[in-house]
Amino acid sequence: MSKPAPKRVGEILSRDGRLDLLLVADMVEPHSRVLDVGCGDGSLLRLLSEERGVDARGIELSQKGVNDCVSKGLSVIQGDADTDLADYPDDAFDYVILTQTLQATRHPRKVLEHMLRIGRHAIVSFPNFGHWRIRYQIAARGRMPITGNLSFAWYETPNIHFCTIRDFVGLVDEIGARIERGVAIDRSGKPLQLNLPWWVWNLFGEQGVFRLTRMKP
Amino acid sequence: MNVPFNKAGQSLEADAPHSLVAHFGAAQPLKMDAGVLLSPLTIAYQTYGTLNAQKSNAILICHALTGDQHVANTHPVTGKPGWWEIMVGPGRPVDTDRYFVISSNVVGGCMGTTGPSSLNPATGRAYGLDLPVVTIKDMVRAQAMLIDHLGIDTLCCVVGGSMGGMQVLQWAASYPERVFAAMPIATAARHSSQNIAFHEVGRQAIMADPDWCKGRYLDEARNPTKGLAVARMAAHITYMSDEALQRKFGRKLQDRLAPTFSFDADFQIENYLRHQGSAFVDRFDANSYLYVTRACDYFDLAADYEGSLALAFKGSKTRFCVVSFNSDWLYPTAASRAIVHALNAGGASVSFVDIETERGHDAFLLDVPDFIATTRGFLDAAARARGLPPGATGAGRERLA
Repeated sequence: MSKPAPKRVGEILSRDGRLDLLLVADMVEPHSRVLDVGCGDGSLLRLLSEERGVDARGIELSQKGVNDCVSKGLSVIQGDADTDLADYPDDAFDYVILTQTLQATRHPRKVLEHMLRIGRHAIVSFPNFGHWRIRYQIAARGRMPITGNLSFAWYETPNIHFCTIRDFVGLVDEIGARIERGVAIDRSGKPLQLNLPWWVWNLFGEQGVFRLTRMKP
Repeated sequence: MNVPFNKAGQSLEADAPHSLVAHFGAAQPLKMDAGVLLSPLTIAYQTYGTLNAQKSNAILICHALTGDQHVANTHPVTGKPGWWEIMVGPGRPVDTDRYFVISSNVVGGCMGTTGPSSLNPATGRAYGLDLPVVTIKDMVRAQAMLIDHLGIDTLCCVVGGSMGGMQVLQWAASYPERVFAAMPIATAARHSSQNIAFHEVGRQAIMADPDWCKGRYLDEARNPTKGLAVARMAAHITYMSDEALQRKFGRKLQDRLAPTFSFDADFQIENYLRHQGSAFVDRFDANSYLYVTRACDYFDLAADYEGSLALAFKGSKTRFCVVSFNSDWLYPTAASRAIVHALNAGGASVSFVDIETERGHDAFLLDVPDFIATTRGFLDAAARARGLPPGATGAGRERLA
């Protein structure tokens, strides 16, 4: 898990500095089959296929993202996590990945269930709405929070289903899934120590990254 | 500008095309789905660019219903540019400095490949309706014979839109090991009831023309141009979106200030369709129109695979890029999605782009920048994966297309 990242990784991911993607990539076995839902410009797909020998596929909503991916030689389908996951057969992938997108879906629970149906594992990263900075903005200022990570005003945000790390863990329980690995990362992108209690993660983790599997394989 | 028919009504391009031709004699008949061996078989084709020593850089372009092999050269009958010059040429996405591009006229066509207006050696006159009904699979079998004839084992990519896209799908299903990459554009894995319905209107228009002579018009030195023009007019409507028609023509009148209370072409759209119809009959054969529309109607790729499209692509190593246009109501996005789902279920490597444009089905022939960029990107990536050297054209020429 703490395998040093190859040099090219930095180059591939440098554009938007998505540190969560490195953590996600570390949760994927080399040479497996991966579906990245909401793959953007294909940074993670490239990282996985070029550095880990993964058979990586993507789904992306924006035409620009799809064009970027296709021109990089990646296999990406224009589609929507909310509507198009239903069309994938069971067990088609080893991992289905959703980074920073769960909070923007209409039906996060359904999306998560589909992910665990299509893949043996689901990997999810999301912004933690329980972070102290967010709690502070609501508690002290009485305003919807705007942070570096969540930079939209309430009336134009695509993020319609925020949750805290505790909320997410609760949903995982509810749908009968199991957490295989979990990491919370702080503001500087460093993982918080594993042995800290949940409430610390929920307060100081800016993002949560979880790998899930079905309770019964 | 050449006239496609001589005074006796014989089609010139059909028997003496301005193209390369490959002849297949009695030893190499075309095994047709109708259960007939067609022989002799002539295939008229064009090539652009140079085949490399490894014979690994060939791209086959499959033309649509009324297209032909003249992809990127001046058309011998109309004198107009090739139908896909926007996509094919030096520095274009299908870069003829990099790839060896092949395009052949389909079986049943009228531009030099054996079709209903070709001379039937058994009778000494045109085949007419004596030619067995042609299927998409027959067209693809004939193309495979041509590719064999050119000494090419595996195609770097097979590309085509509309009926050409059906051929691409058939290629990928019939000869998966010979297709490195495949790009079916604005197409469907089977013809819908509505698709068949529109084609039937066209065929009935042709057959209702007294000059059709039950298909023997070439013998009678006649030509059912009125019926063929009406067929084209009806079909042409299906190639454009409602929005595009409204924007381009609206209810605008043609060279007049008020309606004439007659059945003249008062409206610009009427005038436009009439023009489309009359231009079409100068270059296309009415019986060919019957054959190629029928080929599309009979196309149902899944039917050969226990009704499961996924089985048609199971285990395929071909890289696919499926493209649809959101305003295409002839082969709508949903038809492309069905192909994508089947490819996914079959475990194939597939990309899918639904291009936003108001230009309807015909968008695949037009300057639609997102579509052109997608094609360039997909072909570049396929060429890299195939180990072809980068195009000599470089980034500076990207703006060309």
